[in-house]
Amino acid sequence: MSPRALKSLEPASTDPAKIRNFCIIAHIDHGKSTLADRMLGITGVVSDRDMRAQYLDRMDIERERGITIKSQAVRMPWALNGDTFALNMIDTPGHVDFTYEVSRSLAACEGAILLVDAAQGIEAQTLANLYLALDNDLTIIPVLNKIDLPAADPDKYAKELASLIGGTPDDVLRVSGKTGMGVTELLDRVVELIPAPQGDPNGPARAMIFDSVYDTYRGVVTYVRMIDGKLSPRERIQMMSTKAVHELLEIGVSSPEPTPTKGLGVGEVGYLITGVKDVRQSKVGDTVTNAAKPSTDALPGYTDPKPMVFSGLYPIDGSDYPILREALDKLKLSDASLNYEPETSVALGFGFRCGFLGLLHLEIVTERLEREFGLDLIATAPSVPYEVTTEDKKHFTVTNPSEFPTGTKIASVSEPMVKAAILAPKDYVGTIMELCQSKRGSLLGMEYLGEDRVEIRYAMPLGEIVFDFFDQLKSKTAGYASLDYEPSGEQDADLVKVDILLQGEAVDAFSAIVHRDKAYAYGLLMTERLKKLIPRQQFEVPIQAAIGARIIARESISAMRKDVLAKCYGGDITRKRKLLEKQKEGKKRMKMVGRVEVPQEAFIAALSGDVEGKDPKKK
Amino acid sequence: MRATRSPRNPALAGWSRENESTMPSALPRADPAPADGLLPSSVTRGWAERDFGVYVHVPFCRVRCGYCDFNTYTADEVRGVKQSDYAGQAVAEIQRAVEILDATGAPRRPVSTVFFGGGTPTLLPVTQLAQLLGSIRDAWGLASDAEITTEANPDSVTAESLAQLAAAGFTRVSFGMQSAVPHVLATLERTHDPERVPLVVEWARAAGLQVSLDLIYGTPGESLDDWRSSLELALEQHPDHVSAYALIVESGTKLARQIARGEIASPDDDVQAEMYELADTVLAERGFSWYELSNWARDAGTRSRHNLSYWTGQDWWGVGPGAHSHVGGVRWWNVKHPAAYAERIAAGVSPAAGRETLDEETRRTETVLLTSRVADGLSISELDLPGRGAIAGLIADGLIDGGAAIRGRVVLTLRGRLLADAVVRRLLGS
Repeated sequence: MSPRALKSLEPASTDPAKIRNFCIIAHIDHGKSTLADRMLGITGVVSDRDMRAQYLDRMDIERERGITIKSQAVRMPWALNGDTFALNMIDTPGHVDFTYEVSRSLAACEGAILLVDAAQGIEAQTLANLYLALDNDLTIIPVLNKIDLPAADPDKYAKELASLIGGTPDDVLRVSGKTGMGVTELLDRVVELIPAPQGDPNGPARAMIFDSVYDTYRGVVTYVRMIDGKLSPRERIQMMSTKAVHELLEIGVSSPEPTPTKGLGVGEVGYLITGVKDVRQSKVGDTVTNAAKPSTDALPGYTDPKPMVFSGLYPIDGSDYPILREALDKLKLSDASLNYEPETSVALGFGFRCGFLGLLHLEIVTERLEREFGLDLIATAPSVPYEVTTEDKKHFTVTNPSEFPTGTKIASVSEPMVKAAILAPKDYVGTIMELCQSKRGSLLGMEYLGEDRVEIRYAMPLGEIVFDFFDQLKSKTAGYASLDYEPSGEQDADLVKVDILLQGEAVDAFSAIVHRDKAYAYGLLMTERLKKLIPRQQFEVPIQAAIGARIIARESISAMRKDVLAKCYGGDITRKRKLLEKQKEGKKRMKMVGRVEVPQEAFIAALSGDVEGKDPKKK
Repeated sequence: MRATRSPRNPALAGWSRENESTMPSALPRADPAPADGLLPSSVTRGWAERDFGVYVHVPFCRVRCGYCDFNTYTADEVRGVKQSDYAGQAVAEIQRAVEILDATGAPRRPVSTVFFGGGTPTLLPVTQLAQLLGSIRDAWGLASDAEITTEANPDSVTAESLAQLAAAGFTRVSFGMQSAVPHVLATLERTHDPERVPLVVEWARAAGLQVSLDLIYGTPGESLDDWRSSLELALEQHPDHVSAYALIVESGTKLARQIARGEIASPDDDVQAEMYELADTVLAERGFSWYELSNWARDAGTRSRHNLSYWTGQDWWGVGPGAHSHVGGVRWWNVKHPAAYAERIAAGVSPAAGRETLDEETRRTETVLLTSRVADGLSISELDLPGRGAIAGLIADGLIDGGAAIRGRVVLTLRGRLLADAVVRRLLGS
């Protein structure tokens, strides 16, 4: 067993042969953060006293949800057979929405620990990231975690991992991040198996940005992996995609607190601070070079992240609109993939149309807005970008159903497609295939992983995935199935806009672009939902779903017959008057659609699908 | 068991919805009332134009019914205060009321109406009820045509006690009949024998008392036929006046808990609406006309003048625990617990727990709220511009009577009565 290293190697002058750069690939909840914490403790970079559970995950949301959104890198000393090494552990996001960020993190490493819960086996997202890692030629160290759990079945999952990546089940390490069992051996294996980085120490400086974080006090902190050459403090650096030049105010490594160094050399991982305030000026995947002696070739792999899911975000209290604008402006500083523009909805008032990388990204942003800025928000049903061509050969990109052209003849509509991979126990294959077919999926292939788990691959429209696919998949497989998807082009499809009308007036927030075959089902779903949610009025309210002028589904809310308190005697008067005042207040939260009063909550519930809440007594 | 559900005044009313307190229902939140109970001189404005009435709350019942959230207690002795001591305390409050009203400098007005409610007023011996009425007579004098009502439970009166009440000066009795159908009475946890109703009505009439019957409809499990037979049976007794109330499930009551646990179904608004319409039809066929949303009388002479005084903004003093009062734009209400009440009275301190002085806008709101409930209606001149703007729409929607509106009054149609709260919101521009 290795002891802790007695001394650390000096950054900026570390021999690349003594450096090991690795990341941990794991599914949410499979214990990545716990293992990382354990490594920090065992290598001595965090004293036990300072150890805070899941040290690397900074934001509350991440800690609570057990997922890592923003990656960071930690430099840890480790000794093996008398030699001292510098291990750089690069934390990667674990979710499909952040595939691009993951790919850049992986590109910063030579090896990866494939961490799998010994009671659950590998999940689709992990498999996706494993593909990415293998694609980047990373050395994989397979590890089963949580072997201390009673439900752990390491023999079974060791076989599964061995069949996936080659080798024998005996090559699969067994650890417990919680107790620390096996972690020392794992660190030894990292040194033994993962290749040292290689690069040209004398070439023009090239560093790849694999993460960019906004810090309130320091501005943007950029995490880089040095590929060639060297960067030093006070140098002027250049971002190769934008040609922007900044002065390097600080350069250093995280261990895990930021520690300034004399620079970073080939193969090293660290951070840069230039004083810029917006992460858009320091883009993940971009190449940093020396402004005085710039490199001519940027590192490959840089792309601008493209939003794939759109949703309107509206403050529940209309007067919070300026706060929402400010909050988005602030979030943008730390989230380069968030974009937004103002929009207005008849039903919901003033808000913003926001573009996200995926559903989780949407959820995280909404939650941060609510938590960090105290906002109460409604998000409209997620939509994807459609390319619409009209007969007069005009092209539109429609990210909001209300922009779907009407009145003009539509020649074609194309929708974004994804390749979806679903991992599940084999018993659910039939159910999953049925679900995917119903979502217009076409089967690409199916493979067994081990004895009883199957990977099913489908080509599917992204629009179907963002609707309620994941929830349905989970509920139909008792939570066992996992999903991963990646963008894969576009296809033409027979898509129509379905409007939902209350008393003949379209409610923009409920309009949706759906396949013609699904239009009726959507219309029925929404009209039934709204019938349950909208309180009875003094008159009958028809609810209709329509494609253009054609009504495809209808419901109606019968008129309210009784709205009176039977008794009002001497002792009731003050109470009754105060109730009236309260109702007046409540009326302010009502949105008028024509003559129909719709409580804000009904919109929220209809959009979220939570239709159980209606109290018929509520006025 | 509370005597009757109806002509309630001051002491009743569930606050519990706003103020999730335990039973009985809580009081409103407002300003503290002064310890001496003295009133501002502003109350004397329009003094002579307003009638003066007295409500006496008797906060005792033998048992509490499952639906009831009124201010009533079932023990003989509550925190050292005996039921038998109560009449003396109420008399003391009446005597203090005379001093407080005199202190405003306004002349004494004879009492137009007296109403004993509860609780079960007839749980007190007739001698005590007579003593209380006597002290009111001594304090202000009774108008020659004064209406003196007591609520009564069919179980808590005899031919003799009713005759004694009449002899003491009572003119009217209101019986809590609620229903003639045993399973409905059982759900309500009413324990009186429905067969006794014809008997007590006959005794009351023999004693020369006007008779009102209180009914409740929309009890879970009650069918339209059940309700029809209760109405028929009530009308067979030839009462002078009928009150019919939709059952309200007040939070904090046993009934509310039973509904929350799913043991009893929740009352259905549509069914209650249908029952209201049935009641209005059946009552009209027998010569009764509505004069307030939940009250019907044979003619103007058999309307409850006391209850009308609440809806038309008259003055009244509410005596007893939890009783509400209104004098010239000041509303106040007494502490609820009989023991707290007794302590205040013994200490010579006003039993008022809180009061509010209504500003012009609030008075106008109340006028719209209250007078729109009665058949004589609301004068359109009370409305502001947006309120008047709502009139045409209300006529078009069939909620108020077009002819009456042209004559300057807002009078609810049958449909409008069932949607009265919505009408009021529209009239007040909310």
